[in-house]
Amino acid sequence: MTFQVELVSPEGIAYSGEAEMVIARTVGGGEIAFQPGHVPFIGVLAVWSVDVIHSDGGRDTLAVHRGFVQVAGTMVTILSDVSEAADEIDVDRARAAREVAEVALAADRDDAAAAEALARADVRLAVANAEA
Amino acid sequence: MAGGRERVLRRRITSVQKTKKITRAMELIAATRVMKAQQRARASAPYSRQITQVIENLAAAGTQVDHPLLREAEKVERVGVVLITSDRGLAGPYNSSIIRAAERQVQNARAEGADYALIIIGKKGRDYFRFRNYRIDSFTEGISDNPTYEDAKAVADTVAQLFESGEIDRVELVYTEFISIGSQKVAVRRFLPLESTETMAEEGGGEAGAVASFEFEPSPEAVLEALLPRYVEARLFGALLESAASEHASRQRAMKAATDNAEDMIVKLSREMNQARQDAITTEIMEIVGGAEALGSDDDTTDTPVPVGNRN
Repeated sequence: MTFQVELVSPEGIAYSGEAEMVIARTVGGGEIAFQPGHVPFIGVLAVWSVDVIHSDGGRDTLAVHRGFVQVAGTMVTILSDVSEAADEIDVDRARAAREVAEVALAADRDDAAAAEALARADVRLAVANAEA
Repeated sequence: MAGGRERVLRRRITSVQKTKKITRAMELIAATRVMKAQQRARASAPYSRQITQVIENLAAAGTQVDHPLLREAEKVERVGVVLITSDRGLAGPYNSSIIRAAERQVQNARAEGADYALIIIGKKGRDYFRFRNYRIDSFTEGISDNPTYEDAKAVADTVAQLFESGEIDRVELVYTEFISIGSQKVAVRRFLPLESTETMAEEGGGEAGAVASFEFEPSPEAVLEALLPRYVEARLFGALLESAASEHASRQRAMKAATDNAEDMIVKLSREMNQARQDAITTEIMEIVGGAEALGSDDDTTDTPVPVGNRN
């Protein structure tokens, strides 16, 4: 049994496919996996990846840096204004961003923007590697 | 000399023809841009629809939060006006009508005894208000032609910050609504404070989406708090996209009118030129005939007329 997964961004529907299971991580709630028939659910997504697992065992990994997930009936909708599929990620840029963020964090431990940038870069690299 | 008028007219026709080529090209470019802008507006629709749906679900769950974006000021001391204009002209009445509407908002604010803050997108709006010595609080250029979500976010953040810090107590969004290629309308909408979740849900055309009772994580309040800034951004992005489509549609119409006028002018000028040429020829013939007759009357004894131009 599968359900429909859509990654909706302001610029359009960035990803759409059938899946058997979707794994995401919500703010405060940790990892959560959805399967068809899940109770209606709305969650705030953490800076993390979203795994879409197909019925043939294949998986798509999306880097979602901010957003919401809504599960209703046979639809999983991921709303995000900053998200990328694995093949869209610029690994070099993510590495560079990571370094910049680390330097900034070393200088100021409480730099929230840098911490966020670091988290984003980490997710990008993790997602890109998972695909490679 | 008679040929002079003809030459002047010919030069004008060439000039109008060249202008026509330019306006025709601009019309075609604008036409393709309208299509693209419309497509982008359509592509962005699912996102705002989904955001509204989540808000509906939150409203159905009776979620209430005390978010700074919802703050209703007891006394409005400063009104923010967000104005979306274009960077380039030649778009017919597109800019002037939207600027007029924004200026009216500023005057209304003053009439209520409140100060104003102008947040302007597009060079045309800035030029107008700067020339009239208005204070401009924020100006962004280079985005109204083809706005990206990042652009919308940057402007929305500026506005939200001004609002949350209490510098402005109300924000009006002045933009052009795209109804169809043939029809665009100036729209003035309350941007901030946001209305209650119930009203937002109703405005979103609240379908029966909110039947299921949802589980929220971490909590309904936290979801709503995270959602409100996104909602503000998405609304501004939508307005930017509609304005871009309207701008291109206006330009297309203005350039079509210009091309048509150029065509009419060419027809009119060509007629005038032909008439001038005809006149010149007639005058020339008259001169020749007159000259010949003068010669003939000089010497009555000769039967054969002297060939013209062969006079010693």
